[in-house]
Amino acid sequence: MKNFLISAISALSIGAAGLVAAPALAAEGGSHVENVAFSFEGPFGTYDQQQLRRGFQVYREVCSACHGLKYVAYRTLADADGLGMNPAWVRAYAAEHTVIDKETGEERPAKETDHFPTVTGEGMGPDLSMMAKARAGFHGPYGLGINQFLKGMGGPEYIYSVLTGYNGEEKEEAGSYFYGNHTFAGGWIAMPPPLSDELIEYEDGTPATVHQMAEDASAFLMWSAEPKLMARKRWGFVAVLLLLVLSSLLYLTNKKLWAPHKGKHVDL
Amino acid sequence: MSGIPHDHYEPKTGIEKWVHSRLPIVGLIYDTIMIPTPKNLNWWWIWGIVLAFCLVLQIITGIVLAMHYTPHVDLAFASVEHIMRDVNGGYMLRYIHANGASLFFFAVYIHIFRGLYYGSYKAPREITWIVGMIIYLCMMGTAFMGYVLPWGQMSFWGATVITGLFGAIPGIGPSIQAWLLGGPAVDNATLNRFFSLHYLLPFVIAALVIVHIWAFHTTGNNNPTGVDVRKTSKAEAEKDTLPFWPYFVIKDLFALAVILMIFAAVVGFMPNFLGHPDNYTEANPLVTPVHIVPEWYFLPFYAILRAFTSDVWAVMFVHWITFGIVDAKFFGVLAMFGAIIVMALAPWLDTSKMRSGSYRPMFKWWFWLLAIDFVVLMWVGAMPTDGIYPYISLIGATYWFVYFLIILPLLGLIEKPTAMPATIEDDFNHHYGIKQTPAE
Repeated sequence: MKNFLISAISALSIGAAGLVAAPALAAEGGSHVENVAFSFEGPFGTYDQQQLRRGFQVYREVCSACHGLKYVAYRTLADADGLGMNPAWVRAYAAEHTVIDKETGEERPAKETDHFPTVTGEGMGPDLSMMAKARAGFHGPYGLGINQFLKGMGGPEYIYSVLTGYNGEEKEEAGSYFYGNHTFAGGWIAMPPPLSDELIEYEDGTPATVHQMAEDASAFLMWSAEPKLMARKRWGFVAVLLLLVLSSLLYLTNKKLWAPHKGKHVDL
Repeated sequence: MSGIPHDHYEPKTGIEKWVHSRLPIVGLIYDTIMIPTPKNLNWWWIWGIVLAFCLVLQIITGIVLAMHYTPHVDLAFASVEHIMRDVNGGYMLRYIHANGASLFFFAVYIHIFRGLYYGSYKAPREITWIVGMIIYLCMMGTAFMGYVLPWGQMSFWGATVITGLFGAIPGIGPSIQAWLLGGPAVDNATLNRFFSLHYLLPFVIAALVIVHIWAFHTTGNNNPTGVDVRKTSKAEAEKDTLPFWPYFVIKDLFALAVILMIFAAVVGFMPNFLGHPDNYTEANPLVTPVHIVPEWYFLPFYAILRAFTSDVWAVMFVHWITFGIVDAKFFGVLAMFGAIIVMALAPWLDTSKMRSGSYRPMFKWWFWLLAIDFVVLMWVGAMPTDGIYPYISLIGATYWFVYFLIILPLLGLIEKPTAMPATIEDDFNHHYGIKQTPAE
């Protein structure tokens, strides 16, 4: 047993060093990231469907002017683990957009199997599909990241902090405008403050404050980056529980198997 | 196979005899899984099974992933997202495969350090050790190339930095680098050959694993005391050993189930914990990430690579006596590969006749210092190269070499080992408080 403990402790310490190493670097770059208690954090966390829908509305009415979601297919808006939109609504929404058909090379209304538009060009922002996973995980003291298990990877918090992190300063450099932001690396961002109170009117009547919209949009972007989050966690629970049962049975089997050789008697 | 006397497979029925006289495969399997195994093996000996499991897991998940992946610079990143979003269970396959690599290295490091502590590398197991080191090198190559395949920012820039190491070799370096990359820079040719080799190397590893197992089945397992199994008669050998099946199979499976439970929790609840966020941004040759860091399992050797900067006197000295051929960059590359080579040479560098570290009072301290050194190097490998970090890297890297090149050879000459048990049976009985051999 003593050896087992030493073995386990050493294993954990090597593991901990690995854990320290990965997120520690990720923590650099952005300066100030605020914590937000999102519903999808921790092993039991799930997406809040109403919040995702509100966040989607923010994306539709604000972000989509300059940002694409090229990895997200319209049909996934109907996923029960995500926004759970009505499939008929999704079809109609997709048809509002046009795409270049891959086979004919001609423009046609988008179908639900098509992806959100790719937005590029002068003054346009980066694609947002993966932003919540592509930005730093900051959780934990000194970038230890130990909290990631309970508090998520921190990407949505980064997005929230950028959206709410404008300090009101502005500067012009070589014909471009930059806006002071205490989260964005370097402190200046090319994106003008996108949100203001009452900018949109939420379909569910929630008051549209900057903080509310920033939180909802961040949650929606976590979904767009990790649409299978809930299915993955369910899988995790099933796997952990089955392995718990299996290891208990193997423990007892092993104990009984070895008992005669260890000079012990075990009744099982 | 093993030199330990034990019962061999005897074909009994007609059909068994028919097969056995043509292909003795049943006998081979029987002898392999019934190998007499020292009965005092402790929990440090379970990682071999974990490693075998990891190899199979990675090959199976990898083959299915390859069915949906496209090795092309314009399509690779999107095809990984296709796996994550559209392929049935694809997100689990990919997360298991990515985290499986971490489990693989986690297990191999414990496995290697177990060998270092209990002197498993010493005669007559040198070939087992050397083959193990070759497997470890192949694992590093496989993991490195696999990390390039998603074609994220860290994939691209990691590949650029690591292949650049070969470019540091004086004279032929740039040619070797271009040959590895298939061109002047990391591009489509690089991605294609890395995909091809990433698929090939696991099977090379599988073959080497068979040789690894063959080698230690010939010598028999080491054990925590380092005392040899008595081999004069079957009756005597049976006092020291138990057959691998069922005793060690069940024990190892229990340990494997516990480890997989933790693994499932990591994959299910924080699958991106060990990955770098930058790899969720598609590779862009025009934008260099702020910090280029390898995966956690490469960090100790990455730290050694970076430790020897041009202001270290040893580097300046080597630079001077080689007339400038060996510069700081090449010195770092030599140090990184040298760190693994000195470890591979441990069987000949360690002069102590005592196999197990348990009976070496001075060795123990130096060994645990090496284990701590490894963890410190792993940590400092992820840190920036300013402030106090370069000094920590340098001290850590220096100790790595001092341990293998100075401490191991010297300790054997000056150390007085403590008393070890006469037989494995004595050790086992003492451990479980057994007065005499129990009736079975």
